[in-house]
Parts: sequence; structure tokens; C-alpha cells
Amino acid sequence: MAVDDATITEVQLGGRRGGPDVATLRTDKWWKLPVTTVAVLSAFIVYATWAAFFGTSNFFYAAHNLLSPFYSPCLGNICKTQGVTTSPFLGWWQLSPALIILVFPLGFRMTCYYYRKAYYRSFWRSPVACAVQDAHSTYSGETRAPLILQNIHRYFFYFGLVFNVLLTIDAVQAFIWPGGGVHMSIGTLVLCLNASLLWLYSLSCHACRHLCGGQVRNFSKHPIRHKLWKFVTPLNAKHMQFAWMSLVVVAMTDVYVRLVASGTITDFKIF
Amino acid sequence: MADLTMRIWRGDQDGGELVDYEIESQEGEVVLDVIHRLQATQIPDLACRWNCKAGKCGSCSAEINGMPRLMCMTRMDQLPDGPITVTPMRAFPIIRDLVTDVSFNFEMAKRVPAFNPPPMPEGGYRMQQIDVERGQEFRKCIECFMCQNVCHVIRDHEENKANYAGPRFFIRYAELEMHPLDTNDRRELVREKMGLGLCNITKCCTEVCPEHIKITDNAIIPLKERAVDAHYDPVAWLGRKITRRTKRSAAEAAADRP
Amino acid sequence: MADYEHHSYDVIIIGAGGAGLRAAIEAKQRGLRVALICKSLLGKAHTVMAEGGVAAAMGNVYPEDNWQVHFRDTMRGGKMLNNWRMAQLHAQEAPDRVLELEEWGALFDRTKDGKITQRDFGGHRYARLAHVGDRTGLELIRTLQQKAVSMDIDVFMECKILRLLRDDNGAVSGAVGYWRPTGEFITFSAKAVILATGGVGKSWKYTSNSWEGTGDGHAIALWAGAELIDMECIQFHPTGMVWPLSVRGILVTEGVRGDGGVLRNSEGKRFMFDYVADMFRAETAESEEEADKWYDDHTAGRRPPELLPRDEVARSINTEVKAGRGSPHGGVFLDIASRRSAEFIRRRLPSMYHQFMELAGVDITATPMEVGPTCHYIMGGVRVEADTAATGIPGLFAAGEVAGGMHGSNRLGGNSLSDLIVFGRRAGMGAADYVEGRADAQTLDVAQVQSIIDESLEPYTRETGENPYDIQRDLQELMQSNVGIIRTGSELDEALVQLEALKVRVDNISVKGGRVYNPAWNLATDLPAMLTVSTCAALGAQARKESRGGHTREDFPKADPEFGKVNMVLSQPTGSGMNADVKLDPQPILTMPDELKALFEEAK
Repeated sequence: MAVDDATITEVQLGGRRGGPDVATLRTDKWWKLPVTTVAVLSAFIVYATWAAFFGTSNFFYAAHNLLSPFYSPCLGNICKTQGVTTSPFLGWWQLSPALIILVFPLGFRMTCYYYRKAYYRSFWRSPVACAVQDAHSTYSGETRAPLILQNIHRYFFYFGLVFNVLLTIDAVQAFIWPGGGVHMSIGTLVLCLNASLLWLYSLSCHACRHLCGGQVRNFSKHPIRHKLWKFVTPLNAKHMQFAWMSLVVVAMTDVYVRLVASGTITDFKIF
Repeated sequence: MADLTMRIWRGDQDGGELVDYEIESQEGEVVLDVIHRLQATQIPDLACRWNCKAGKCGSCSAEINGMPRLMCMTRMDQLPDGPITVTPMRAFPIIRDLVTDVSFNFEMAKRVPAFNPPPMPEGGYRMQQIDVERGQEFRKCIECFMCQNVCHVIRDHEENKANYAGPRFFIRYAELEMHPLDTNDRRELVREKMGLGLCNITKCCTEVCPEHIKITDNAIIPLKERAVDAHYDPVAWLGRKITRRTKRSAAEAAADRP
Repeated sequence: MADYEHHSYDVIIIGAGGAGLRAAIEAKQRGLRVALICKSLLGKAHTVMAEGGVAAAMGNVYPEDNWQVHFRDTMRGGKMLNNWRMAQLHAQEAPDRVLELEEWGALFDRTKDGKITQRDFGGHRYARLAHVGDRTGLELIRTLQQKAVSMDIDVFMECKILRLLRDDNGAVSGAVGYWRPTGEFITFSAKAVILATGGVGKSWKYTSNSWEGTGDGHAIALWAGAELIDMECIQFHPTGMVWPLSVRGILVTEGVRGDGGVLRNSEGKRFMFDYVADMFRAETAESEEEADKWYDDHTAGRRPPELLPRDEVARSINTEVKAGRGSPHGGVFLDIASRRSAEFIRRRLPSMYHQFMELAGVDITATPMEVGPTCHYIMGGVRVEADTAATGIPGLFAAGEVAGGMHGSNRLGGNSLSDLIVFGRRAGMGAADYVEGRADAQTLDVAQVQSIIDESLEPYTRETGENPYDIQRDLQELMQSNVGIIRTGSELDEALVQLEALKVRVDNISVKGGRVYNPAWNLATDLPAMLTVSTCAALGAQARKESRGGHTREDFPKADPEFGKVNMVLSQPTGSGMNADVKLDPQPILTMPDELKALFEEAK
């Protein structure tokens, strides 16, 4: 049964509020967290932009089969020139493949329930911290365009899963070097770490938790979905940590591949 | 020796100000103890709401050094040195001193469509522990209304009060949506009329909850996802279209029978 | 002449804890116009503090359990002073009342097969307490509150009732009170009034009760001419915290002592060995060595003396404190820190550990606690007729802690929540039956109303006078030391003299400031009720020259079968107040029918 009409009683608006009319009375260092968030997210955005637009070389270290996550799947002609053999090509795409690819992870993170909190607070200052006045005089939340689009988060989650699979394949392929044989290097471990954290970030996602089992009313009638839900729930509690760790590691992975590919450092071979 | 300065907001609908009171500190006190001592010795008419003084009733909500806290759960020895500011909850109209008019919350409580179970079988309902646990978390709520108070949607935007249930009642809706026996579907109601979309999940409600209820992660976001199921998800929408059609035709077929 | 707003209802219910809410729901379901009046916000009543559970012989865990066993446990717990009919109705109806809560949305903890699970509690033969973790009272009040709200019952929050009104025929006709948020007066006309105001603990220094427990219902009923019974029967917990202030009154579970905690005085002596009465000597350890063996293996030694019955432990603590060997803040030390590892304490007593850590910064794994006897619950109260909850005044009903008789001289844990829902409903039914046969609401006696209003405003008329907080503090000290857990004739005599002196001071209170949410004035209007119930408790305690359940006389340490046959009935002339003499009249308790008596024979 759907509830069409609740009793909507009148709420009396207005009336003077108590306390002094100041933005906040907080005395602790509440601004530290938003400042840090702005710094880290801005750094990532600057770096990712550079990597996508201008870093169109050195994203692949052919000798050890290490492909930067920003360029996977490696679509487009650039990949051919770099000698990438592990991905399909889109011959007609002349620009950086990262421009296509990044839309999805970026969309996933932009609509992520955790990142929404982070940027609504730190960039939009609505509110910048608890019990600190909202920086804007009007507010409509996520009820109108464009923010109403946050509701499609689950589709970005699905796409995110596809990327996780691709990056996992990349990590596995990195163990097989050109010329055959199975080898391990710091680079393969970096790709594994990156793929793992991205999996953890995706699986800990709130939409994932809902789709796994959160949406059912009676767990006892859906034992498998309950098991799935029980599995992702503790991960979900660490979603914020996974969000930051995977963000930093994905950038560091790109940096590592570039440093190796450009010959600045050597990818230490373990066996 | 008066070694403690309590900076308390005194006032009413006609306005007010912060007033400093000097008092001797004592070992092992919470803010409410100091307020009580001030009442008994210096300011007999200092208005403050309280009941159990054990963190179980949720009456003594106020803002201490700018943060919403229960006065009975805030130890003096954990506050920084210097004057301690105690002000009433900011989001609600003031009555006097530290007491606010929280009737907004009771209006929102009236709007919640009642729990609607099937008729009780002989010997009572059967429910599994795993099915009641999610709701039990929300039923820990002591209705201190600090989540409502800290929520910027109404704290800083008065006009939203007309159409916003607030975190306390989002957990109530979530509890009912997850109740193993309830037969109502409140998803559209919460989206359309209770302002679920106004919440931008900035999680201050969770931060101030004295019962440590994961309001955002366990109630509001699951409600938002349910609203997606019921309204936004294009595939789910298509699915509903199809199933509804089959159901309708079955019903029509039944009606056609002589 | 003061202005006031006026409301007319079929039934008004004073108090919105478990009993008041349940009564309101019942009366509303009968189609009556109902008002629910409470001194605080809705849902803040003392019911939220109940932790253990609701006692109901549902037999979900032990199918052998039934109402007869529950009845017998309750009567025995109350030392047979109970109103047997109340105990019977309570035991018979509690299971249905609990199930009904689930119909209204409550979520109790479950058994494996999906029923409501039940836990063990002291004095109950079988595991019988339906519960939700340790917040059962909150679950109960929230469920009833949500049900009441969904039924659109009118609620008057933060509204203090000063007095009841009676019409020319002696029936209750309404009540007078004021809004705490505005200080404006309000009157109610009603065909029936249900009292559900809870307890009286705020007259004691160490109490687990909130500020609301001022005995308003007891007092306004008595002033209106109703009778109170057994007001001396008050349950004290031997180990409530006395210090730090932030946790004063919070109870320390017996589990602390069961897990190795010992009581020490200021000299560091484990004093309980000095207080083992003859009747317990055979089963109690004689030395610390023997007692310490018991914790690990109950057959290796006899029980430590710390685990003697509650009143024995409390009496010993009392004696130590009075002998000057108490802790700095008037209790004794409960020490588990020096006897068990921190890890053990945290594992066995997690909620105790966290509560004291969070509220007081007291680490019970590192330092001893300062504990003392704490006022917890009053068994006595308004005398009611069991089936209808009707008092002696036509149209006046009472349910919950304010009603007397159900628990006799001592209440079993878990029986208070079930009391609320069983007799809350019965009071609602009783009031509805009464109302249905009556004509419309009476006209208001304007002169009576005006005198009540004037009386309450007197503190504002005095330029100088007593500070109400000082009187409250002195009253609490007096009751704690003279009408506390252990009483003697001379101290009670002294208490009665001093109570009269306090009443004189109450009549000289001066209050400054406005009437808008003025706690000093609010307290001034609570004090007459506090003094009235304190007087009743002292009078009852003085008259009952025996020790029984929650009433312990040092000068009469044994139960006296003759006193076991009477209720101490207290009364005042209609329309009196704090200053009128209270008459005490011992009256025989109700006689139990033979078929119920047989239950006690069988068990022997």
C-alpha cells in the first residue's frame, strides 16, 4: 500500500532564535578539515587534468607491461604509438584516451555519497562545518537540476565495476612480461594495490550496499542477500577511508608508471 | 574561589545577550551540574530544560562552545580552558535562556503515517532478530532533537521547515520502511513531501547524535536509494511499467469474468 | 483576577509516562475526548530510565511459566502486602499488553524461532523479562507515544497541574495548572481524571529519579480527599553512585559485586564481614580467603558477604557512614579495580565501564567507586480498586507508580513496566466506563480556581523570603538521613518535626523574575507536594513498627505478622493542602481467595 496523503499539519514559521547572531560560536579548529579537503581534492584535479590532457606519453612501460590506470582501457591511436598491446583500440580517437575514460570514475566519485559530503562542505560551504552558518542564503539541496542527477549514482557504480574488472586485468597482465614468463616487480604490486583499493571503494559504496541487500524489508526471507549485505556493511563503514586511499593511490600509480616509463626510476624486479 | 566563567545566553523573544557568571569549579561535574549550581546560588530563574541527567531522555540539549551537546553528557574537565559558552539550540524559536520551542518536531511526528502491520496472529507476530536489528538502531533515538538543530537545511533556512521532516524523522521513516511487518510504502511521501532531497548528506546529524546512531549511512542514504528505486531509476521505472501492466490486465481479466 | 485558558474534555490524564500514555490510548479508543497533560516534553518521562525489561509470563523461553507463577513471585517479592487482585490482573494481562506493543511498532529482541525473547531477573522464577537490550523503557514509551500521536490525542506539554477540582457531589470535575513555557494558567473541566504522575524520589538526596518525581499525583489526590497507602514502602538500591556529581544517583549493578567487587570503608577495611546476621551466617563466608574462592567456584567457599540481600548491604553501608568511616562524599568505596584486571572488568561490565567513563571520567578499572543507598521507587501510593483503577473519589483514577498496592512492600525488577501497561489500560477502561454514564462536563468553580491560582502566585508577592532551592536541598538531606533506607523511631520523630519547620519555610518562599519558564517558581510550586509525600512516608514509617520489603526499621528488624495484615492508610480532609494534618489509619489488607492461597501451599 502506498501512502498518498499524510496529515500535513501547518508548521509555524518564524520566531526569534536564541543565541547571538554570529556565524558560529565554535572555538575548536573546525576549518582544518575543509581546508585539507580542498587542498587534496584540488591537487588531484590539477594532476589528473595534466595527466589526461598533457601527459600523453610515458603512461605505459612496455618492458614490464605496466599501464597507467588513467589510460585503461587504452583506447585511441596514442596507445598504438606507445606500443600498448593489452587493450582494444578505437582507431578514430586521436586525443588522450583518458578523456573518455575519466568521465566514468569521475562521475562515480562526483555522485558518491561520501564525496558529496566532502565537497558540499569544503567547496560549497553548505555548511562548511557543523553548527557553522551556511554560506548561502537560499538552499534547495538535491531537489533540482543539476544536483537532482546525483540520484543516478548507482549507474556510475555499475560502470565503476566494469573499470575495476579492466584494471584487475591490467594488474594480472603486468605479471606477464613481453617475452613470456611470470614475473613480479614493484610495479605489479602497485597495480594490484590500485585495483584492490578501487574494488574496496566500489564495494563499500552506499548504492552497492543498498543493491546487495539493503533494499529488502525481510532479511530472513533473502538469506543470500543478507549475507552480501553483511559482507559489504563493514566495508561501507570505511567508505570514506577507501575513497581517499584509492584516490591518492590511483594518482600515485600513474606517477609511478610515468617515472618508470620515462626511465627516471627503475621498476625493481622481485622475481 | 570563582575560577570558572560560564558565558550563558540570557534572553527571550525580545532578544538577549551572553552574560558571564563566575563560579567555583568542582571536581567531576558535567555542564548541567554547573548550571544547577548557578540556579541554586546565583540565578534562580535561569531557564533550562532537563529530566534524567543520565543521557537517556534527551531533554537538556544546548550548544556548548558552539557545538550541540547534551549538557548532562558534557564533562567540564573535557572542555578547553577559558570561558564556557552555553547557548540555546539555534534552529528553534527561543522561549527563554536555554529553553527553545521544539514544537516543530512534534508537528513532524504527527505527519508520519502510522505503522500498519497485518492483523496479529494467535500468539503474536514472529520476527527474526536479523530483521528487527536495523529498526532497533533507530529506536535508540532519545529525541534530543540535536540532529534537527544542527541540520543546516532548517537551521540556516527557516523556510524549509514547512516541508522538511529532518534527520530525526528520516530515521523514523527508515525504521518503518525496514520494519518487517509494515505494509505501507512511504517512499514517495518522503521524497515528495518530507524533503528527503533537501538533505545534502553533510552528516552533521550523525556527528552530534548522542546515541551514536548512524543517521546518514543507515537511514538517510538507504531512504535516498529507496527513492531512486521508486522514482528515479529508469530501469526500475520501466520494470514497474511492465509489471503494472500485467497486473492490471490480470485484474481486468478477473473483472470480466461472469 | 487572573486570566486563564479553559478546556473541556471527557477524560484528562495527568502524566505521560507509560501508564498515562496507555490510559490515554484506551480512553481514546473508546471514542472519548482525551487530553494528556505532562510536566515535561512528551516522551521524556521517567519510564525511559527502565532498563531491564517488561515482566510477562509469556512462556517464550520457559513454557512452564504461567500467570500463576508470576503472581506468586510478585506476592512473595512484595512480602504478601500486595493487593492480591492487582497482582493477579497484572500477571494475567501482562503478556497480552506486551504483544499489543508489537502491534503498535515495538521491536523486542527475539528468540531463535522469532518470538519475543525473555531474560532472567531477580525474584522471577523463570526468564520472563521481554526486553530491548538495556533500553526497554525507552522502547515502551516511544511505542506508546507514537501510537498516541497517530490517534491524534491532544497533548499538553510542559503543563504543571497544581490541584484537582471537585464538584458539589464530591466527584472530580477537573484540574488547574499552568504552562511552564509561558507561566499562564490553564483549567480543565473533565468528567474523569486519571493520575499517572509517577514517583516521589526527588525528596531524597541520592535518587535515580528525575526532577519530575516530586509526588504531584500523590499529593493532589490526598489533598482532594483520596487515600494513600503504605507510603513508607520505598525501594532503595544499596549501591547508587554518590560521587562525582555527574553520576550521582546512577545505579551500580549488583553484577559488580557478583564479579568480585568489594565494599570498603575509609580505613580500607572490607567491612561487610562484621555485619553478617545470624540467619545468613551458615551460607556466608567467614574470611576474605574463603569468600575469594567463591567467585571462581561456588562450591569452594561460601558466598561473600557483599552479596547479602539488598537491605542487609544497605544497612551496613548506612552504619559505616554514620560511624564516620564513610568516603569523602558520604558513601563507601566499591572496589573492583584492585581485585580484577582491567580487561576482565571491561569484558564483564561493559555498560558500567562506559557509562562511568563517559559521564564522569571515572575509570572503574583503576579507581574504586563511591556508592551509597539510593532512592529508586515507591511501592506505596494512591489507594485504588484493582479492576478499574478507581480511587475513593468518584471520577478519579490512578495508574502506574502513583498507584499503591500492586507491589506490596517491595517491587520485583521488570514488574514496573508491566504495571504501567496493564493498569494504564485498566484506568483508561475504568474512566471510560465511568464517563459513559455521565452528563456533560461540569461548570467551572471560578472561586475555587482563583484561590488555587492566588496560592501558587504567593511567592511573587514576597519581597524577601526563602530560596526554594535551599529548602529542596534541606528536605533532601533530611529525608536521606532520617527517612532513608534504614529508619529508627527517634529519627522519624525528628523528621516529622523538621518537616513541619520546612513547611513554614515553604510558606515564606520568595521568587523573583517573570513567570516564563522560571525554574525557581516551578520548584516553589513542586515543594508543597514534595513535603506532603515526605510527611506521608515518615508517618507510615513511624507507624509500621516492623521491617518488611522496602521498609526497614533498625529498632524493629523483623517482620511482624500483625503488621503484615494491614495497609497504612493516609488521608486528609477534602480540599486541604500541605499544611493540613495527615491522618493515619491502619486498615486490614484485602483477603486473598482460597484458590489463590492454594498456590502458595503447592509451592511449599
